[in-house]
Amino acid sequence: MSSWEVVIGLETHVQLNTKSKIFSGSSIAFGAEPNTQANVVDIALPGVLPVLNKEAVQCAIRFGLAVNAEIAPRSVFARKNYFYPDLPKGYQISQYELPVVGKGTLTIEVGDSEKIINITRAHLEEDAGKSVHGASPGQSGIDLNRAGTPLLEIVTEPDMRSAAEAVAYARKLHELVQWINICDGNMQEGSFRCDVNVSVRRKGEEKFGTRREIKNLNSFRFMQQAIEYETRWQIETLEDGGKIEQATVLFNPDTGETRAMRSKEEANDYRYFPDPDLLPLAVSAADIDVIRATLPELPSAMKARFEREHGLSTYDAGALTASRAIADYFTATLQVFGGEAKLAANWVMGNVSAKLNEEGRVIADAPVSPALLAGLLKRIADNTISSKIAKDVFEAMWAGEGDADAIIERKGLKQVTDTGAIEAIVDEVLAANAAMVEEFRAGKDKAFNALVGQTMKASKGKANPAQVNEILKRKLAG
Amino acid sequence: MINHSLKHLASMLTSKEVSSVELTQEYLNRIARLNPEINAYITVDTELSLAQARAADQRIANGDAGPLTGIPIAQKDIFCAKGWKTTCGSKMLETFIAPYDAGIVEHFNAAGAVNLGKTNMDEFAMGSSNETSYFGKVQNPWDRTRVPGGSSGGSAAAVAARLCAAATGTDTGGSIRQPASLCGLSGLKPTYGLTSRYGMIAFASSLDQAGPMAHSCEDMAIMMNAMTGFDQRDSTSLQREKEDYTRDLGKPLAGLRVGLPKEYFAEGLDAGVAKVIEAAVDEYRKLGAEIVEISLPNTMLSIPVYYVLAPAEASSNLSRYDGVRFGHRAAEYDDLMDMYCKSRAEGFGAEVKRRILIGTYVLSAGYYDAYYLKAQQIRRLIAEDFAKAFEQCDLILGPTAPSTAFKAGEKADDPVSMYLQDIYTIAVNLAGLPGMSIPAGFAPAADGKELPVGLQVIGNYFDEARMLNAGHAYQQVTDWHTRMPEGIA
Amino acid sequence: MSLNTHDVKRIAHLARIAISEEEAEATLVKLSGILGMIEEMQAVDTSGIVPMSHSQDVTQRLREDAVTESNQRELLQSIAPAVENGLYLVPQVIE
Repeated sequence: MSSWEVVIGLETHVQLNTKSKIFSGSSIAFGAEPNTQANVVDIALPGVLPVLNKEAVQCAIRFGLAVNAEIAPRSVFARKNYFYPDLPKGYQISQYELPVVGKGTLTIEVGDSEKIINITRAHLEEDAGKSVHGASPGQSGIDLNRAGTPLLEIVTEPDMRSAAEAVAYARKLHELVQWINICDGNMQEGSFRCDVNVSVRRKGEEKFGTRREIKNLNSFRFMQQAIEYETRWQIETLEDGGKIEQATVLFNPDTGETRAMRSKEEANDYRYFPDPDLLPLAVSAADIDVIRATLPELPSAMKARFEREHGLSTYDAGALTASRAIADYFTATLQVFGGEAKLAANWVMGNVSAKLNEEGRVIADAPVSPALLAGLLKRIADNTISSKIAKDVFEAMWAGEGDADAIIERKGLKQVTDTGAIEAIVDEVLAANAAMVEEFRAGKDKAFNALVGQTMKASKGKANPAQVNEILKRKLAG
Repeated sequence: MINHSLKHLASMLTSKEVSSVELTQEYLNRIARLNPEINAYITVDTELSLAQARAADQRIANGDAGPLTGIPIAQKDIFCAKGWKTTCGSKMLETFIAPYDAGIVEHFNAAGAVNLGKTNMDEFAMGSSNETSYFGKVQNPWDRTRVPGGSSGGSAAAVAARLCAAATGTDTGGSIRQPASLCGLSGLKPTYGLTSRYGMIAFASSLDQAGPMAHSCEDMAIMMNAMTGFDQRDSTSLQREKEDYTRDLGKPLAGLRVGLPKEYFAEGLDAGVAKVIEAAVDEYRKLGAEIVEISLPNTMLSIPVYYVLAPAEASSNLSRYDGVRFGHRAAEYDDLMDMYCKSRAEGFGAEVKRRILIGTYVLSAGYYDAYYLKAQQIRRLIAEDFAKAFEQCDLILGPTAPSTAFKAGEKADDPVSMYLQDIYTIAVNLAGLPGMSIPAGFAPAADGKELPVGLQVIGNYFDEARMLNAGHAYQQVTDWHTRMPEGIA
Repeated sequence: MSLNTHDVKRIAHLARIAISEEEAEATLVKLSGILGMIEEMQAVDTSGIVPMSHSQDVTQRLREDAVTESNQRELLQSIAPAVENGLYLVPQVIE
């Protein structure tokens, strides 16, 4: 196995966040009754014509800017001709020779290292409809609601060398398209679909092997499994003296296997040519500037800023910018809190994210809002409560019991910082634990920690731990 | 009544000399009498027409009449008209009732015109003789044994036989001008982008353009006022100020520079036709025009270029006819592939299939550069020929078609000879220029029969008003456009 | 470029048009004639000439992103060859 290298490239279909279709005024809302969102243009009646959706173009340009790509001043829509019942015109309008977005890059992290993945191009195109099986025996039903939904197809160079890299790229892209608000990222509903080109070659070999394309992967887990299976299969096939035939394959999540599609057996000849119903798409430098101005701070820039401005580690800054929602949550928390960024970062990545994982929620649905969390952080920072008590307060806030101040007040969790009061408790503890005091004096440092514990316990956790330490040290030394 | 100009008919309607219902009924009666032989119409719907006529009369009574309100016109069966069977001359759409209106149809409805019916045409507008229609060939009213030209042959025959006051046509390579020439009427293909293509069933998208077919240039100017205008549903529709195409009618022609392309008078032009065209040029000289010889060196290449580009676009445009959502589906089939292949083999006629095959071939892997790209490059050379010519002249004159109407069946089995019918008209579509054909006289056929000859007038982009004026001036000093075939009274 | 009946059948299949052996032969004759005529183009030197797709030098107009269409399924399916429960029916699609 180790003498083989896998080569992977991705083509990702990203459904754009528009209200209407790319070439018609039909809604693209998900889940409508079949064919109720398919108008005369979408079902390709004789005589109908396409008119391009401005928002779709702007989404494409936003993406181009986000991956530092060239935006073509002039791009062209072409027809990709083939017959399929879910393709009403008998051709798909796509971009072929001149796409709107040219070469760009996306940096991924795998383990501790970074890797730049080259994006070849991104082009606008329309989605096809859906075939629904089992309508009547021997028949398929065609639903054209999805036909004409705007897609951005993002194509990479064959730059990835493992399933892990491919998945890291896909995840990174998935976050980015949501970050810049061009896609809702809903993989269940097909808003983000990956086709993965896989080939293998002997290590050191320069020529690529023959690739097979795994179509329509709509989960990262399946992507990982599919690539791993496909890689093994190709290596085994070659080692057994077989040959890889170029093919389109589907992944079956039930068996964990890939298999070639029957319908694509014959060689396709798509007869691309410029669509005479559409004119060249012109994008001026001024158009680009306007769109650039609406682009949010990108994750890479925000990450660098977090490190620079807030003194966060690369790891923390990376985790906090892993998604737009997390970054927004963190930024909002920090803004209200106004204190040390590291404390806010620890809470967002620690307690908040643990709780979300535990309950399978996304951060947007967290019952503890950034404002609530900031209220808690303030009380930690000003020593009203200890970190330990803070965890209890957080749990109570999560359960909807109100804000931090109200909970602290109601439950009487306020930290004891009155030196006299703490001294009184320490005195009681020392008196009751004479044996431990002896041990400490005999040189057992561990006994000190035990005495701190006893004191905290006696104060029901409310005594300020730093003060307890200090007073204990003083008294034991005395 | 059937020989009045649109202007005169409009004044008769507004003065209540005649009602739209009476006028419409008169035409419907003529259609009932003459159409069974001439076959100019595929669909007539008396009730739909009369309902529109009644609405027009109401509008006239309300004092809300425009120049076309209550005027009965015919629509080429390539335009979708809501509730009307719209066949495009094909078995594929034999039962297709359009669920929406084309932009052009909307314009005429808004103007209050009455739709008399849908006219016969070559299947999917592919033909120059109207013989490829699934609904039977159309007779040329001047000689019933001859073709009316195509593809707008039904509209041409309907206007010539006075089965409508005027009609619409579409022109991809000469489909308005050549039948206008062969049937002795006036027809105009506007600058590409002036008339909406929305709802006009596509043949070759980058060349197709709708235009009027009528008895005179004045009638066409009135039709153009209604037909043109920006349509946001057509990406190739041009955003321009609305023009009044009647504005220049009556302007003197003194100083007009008229170019005669020497290639249009070379080998292949019928001698009788040449004589008629030369006489027409003389008439222009008398009207004060200055005649200059020009050259359009790439004229002969327009046919091969066209027979690459148009079939290529058509092969793709016609892929939607797959028997899934509308149109013909074979009665029996084994599986999906069989359903596609049988439905399309049955639904399309021989010429349409031929062009789909040509188009599929020239676009297929390995041939694209040699055919499609090459054709698009030569297309630019052809357009540049015209640009150079228009530095020397304001309008170009020449024959519309190389001969007068030929006998039905004469060229039906020889596509290449049929394609040569469009030698003088195709280049205009490739360049996207406006072109017009007006009656200029008669020339004898081999059997001695005198048949109409059309004079082609080609203008620079957006120069339709000047062309119409030039045609109108000619029609003020000649009466070819008022001639009527025998046997249609 | 000379065509044979095998080519004709291949193109017909690509265009999804059923064609019999005799039809392919008759079609071959006609297509060869047309292609012969088209070959005249090859004599022209077109190096450096920008292909012309549109007659006007204009660029694509963009539509505002708004939903302007409502459900017309009943009307649009009234002209369909075969529908069931709002779906267009076709012989089983095999993936």
